[in-house]
Order: sequence, then C-alpha cells, then structure tokens
Amino acid sequence: MSTYFESYLTVGAFVALGAVLVLVMLGVAAVLRPSKPKMTKAEIYECGVDPVGTGWSQTYVRYFVFGLLFLIFDVEAVFVFPWAIAAEELGMFGLIAIILFTLTLVEGLVYAAKKGVLQWE
Amino acid sequence: MELLTDLMSNFWIALVLKLLVVALIIPLIGMVIGFAEMKLSAKMQARVGPYFAGGRWGWAQLIADGVKFFQKEDLIPRDADRPVFKVAPIVVMAGTVALFVVIPWGPGVIFRDLDIGIFYALAISSLTTVGVLMAGWASGNKYSLIGGLRAAGQLIAYELPLVFSAVAVVIMAGTMSMQGIVEAQVSAGYPFVLLQLVGFVVFMIAALAELSRIPFDLPIAESELVMGYLTEYSGFRFLFFFLAEFANMFSMSAIAVTLFLGGWHLPGIPADVLEFAGPLILIGKSFLLVFAMIWFRWTFPRVRQDQLQSLAWKWLIPISLANVILTGVFKVVL
Repeated sequence: MSTYFESYLTVGAFVALGAVLVLVMLGVAAVLRPSKPKMTKAEIYECGVDPVGTGWSQTYVRYFVFGLLFLIFDVEAVFVFPWAIAAEELGMFGLIAIILFTLTLVEGLVYAAKKGVLQWE
Repeated sequence: MELLTDLMSNFWIALVLKLLVVALIIPLIGMVIGFAEMKLSAKMQARVGPYFAGGRWGWAQLIADGVKFFQKEDLIPRDADRPVFKVAPIVVMAGTVALFVVIPWGPGVIFRDLDIGIFYALAISSLTTVGVLMAGWASGNKYSLIGGLRAAGQLIAYELPLVFSAVAVVIMAGTMSMQGIVEAQVSAGYPFVLLQLVGFVVFMIAALAELSRIPFDLPIAESELVMGYLTEYSGFRFLFFFLAEFANMFSMSAIAVTLFLGGWHLPGIPADVLEFAGPLILIGKSFLLVFAMIWFRWTFPRVRQDQLQSLAWKWLIPISLANVILTGVFKVVL
C-alpha cells in the first residue's frame, strides 16, 4: 500500500472516529436518560416568553460582500503556498511574480474599501 | 518498547492504536481545559469556583457534569430541521478529531505526518464552523440562525490572516509538513517567533476568532442571542459542542506552538531526552497559550460585529500580506 493512500486512510479513519464518538455516546445516553416528550418541551426557547412568528426569519446578511472578497483571497492563498515552499529555488523571479500577484489582489481590496464596502452603516 | 515498534510497523494495528489514543486524549484534554477554565475564571474573579465535588479543589466537577449530561433528556424542537440538527455535532466532532492527525507530539511521534500538514490543518479546522452553521440553521430558532451566520462571517474574515501568517512560516521552513517545520526551527537554532513576531500575534488573534472565544464570541453572545447556535441543544449533543471547543483550543494552540514556538523542541535538551520529553514540552507550551486564551476571556470586552469585520479586513489581512512579502524578500535576498 502506498504511503499516499495510507495517509488519507488515516485522515478518513479520524474523521469517522469523530462521528463514531458522537453516535456511541448518544447511544449510551439513550439507555440512561428519561424520555417524557411534551409539547412545551419542543417549543423554541426565546428566554421564556412565547416565541414570536416561525423559527426561520428574514435577516440581512450584511457581510455577504465580504464573502465575495474572501473567495478571491482564499484562492490566492492556495496559489501562494506552492511558491512559499520553493521560495528559495525560484529566487528573484518567483518573488517579483508573487509581489505583482499580491498587489493585483490588494488593488481589489483597496477598490472595495474606497467603494465603502468595508464600512458598516 | 520493542513490542510497540513491532506493532506500529503494521499499518492496520497502528491505525487502531492511534484511534484509541486520540479517542482517549480528546475527552481528557477537554476535561483538563474545562476544569482549568472554571478554576482560573474563579481565581480571576476572586471567587472559589468548584469546591465540593470529589473533595479537595472540586477536582471531580467535570466528571459530575459529564454524568449529569448522560441523564439529560434529548430534546429536539418542533420546528427543527431534524436530520441537519442531528448531523451538526457529528460534523463538529469530525473536524475536531481530524485536526489531531497532524499535531507533532515529539521527534517522530505524530499520528500521520502529511506532506501538506499545515495546509491540511488550516482547511480541516474550518470544518467545525460548517457544523456550527448547520446547528444554527437547523435549530429553527431566530437567535440560533443569527449566531450561525455570525460564525460563518467570522470564519471568512479570520481564515485569511490565519492562512497568510502560516504562509510566512512555510516560506521560512521551506516545507508544509508539521514535523518539517519543527525540524527547520531545530536546525535554525531559534523558534520562528523571533523573526515572525507579527505573524505570531496575527495568528493568535485570528485563532481566537476562529475558536469564537471572547473577545470574539459573537456567535454565542449570551447577552444578545440567548446562547447563539447552542440554544436548542441539550444533553450530549450540547456537550459535544463544548468538548469540541476545548479540544480545538488545545489543537489550535499546539499548531501555533509548532509554527512559531519551536514545537516539541526546547534548546539545551539532548536529543535522547527529547524522545520522551517531546510530548510533555509540546503540551506544556500549548497549555501556556490555552491559559492566555482563558486569561483574555476575563480581560477584554466583546467586540461589535462591525469592529470584528473591520479589524480583520482593514488591519489583519493587509498586515499579514505585507508580512508574507517581507518574509519572502528576506528569504530570497538574504
């Protein structure tokens, strides 16, 4: 078996362990805990008063523009990592390339800031 | 020792042993940090804290709490999105456990030294926030939903400073493997924090935000959102969110220690002692950072949502980007 496959099998096993831990503990607890369902117990908790309206309500997600900005920078981060490992071998050429690449993206951030996207009203 | 090396050479036996070890240490770490948080919080507020359980110092308080959670009724609200509500704690725990794969405990002691170690750690650590968003959505409660959305907004703002300050360390070490980063610091003779102080500070601020610890605990914000995304959870499902928080505090600190503070290495300790002392050194250093996190909780007031976003976008991201470029210049030119 290749080391590559072994590595990701380990990761997969650890992820599965997380799920198994939760399920086993809930299973054990299911034997011990009482179960007396009641309408009031299934009510949504809003500090004791009767809940207003339905559970899902409309809310203004102010930071969705940040989501767009994030997408751009996150992709950049993925591109920076390969350079970061080989920074020494790539030398001056790699450094100038990455500086230009970063500046192009920073320009986007500056543009967004100037447009007032980062300001909260 | 001989027997252990023999066993570890078989991949499948080793895997089972690793899973057993991690299944033991995660609850253990959760309990230690949970108890530390209770006692330290009490000390900082001039209270006594847990006192009766188990006799002296109330050391059994966390065990008593665990037993209590076993007896709690499993409540799911009427309006909840049931499948998502049930899967959310599983996603959170899966992300938490998977993060432990790449923590380097000592020389050669690591669950799996992935080539892309730090990259993997940063990626998998955001899985927890997906679980939180699921919990907030599925509860069918307005406050939970707002809490979940805040957690998502916080993740996208603070993921970038976290990643970029790690990039600077990768440039210095020339590798993404966690053991490789520690070994680079051992052969350099100094921990990277000496040259990466800015990166370390940015990393710790971003890590606090990723963990949604005070002063960045907006997803929970008791005074505004009842209990945020945790409001509708009870019993063991609730406990798992807390266990994940404590375990993540530790693993984030361990990653910060690995990147900036020299990991399992302490200068002046001979290599054959490090074989055994490595894990203790790593855990010691990590708990120092965990202590700082608990300390911050009683030092800083909670930031506002807009302050949180502008701190990340106007300060931390430009600073950490400049840090990456500067580190690159130093590495290439010098």
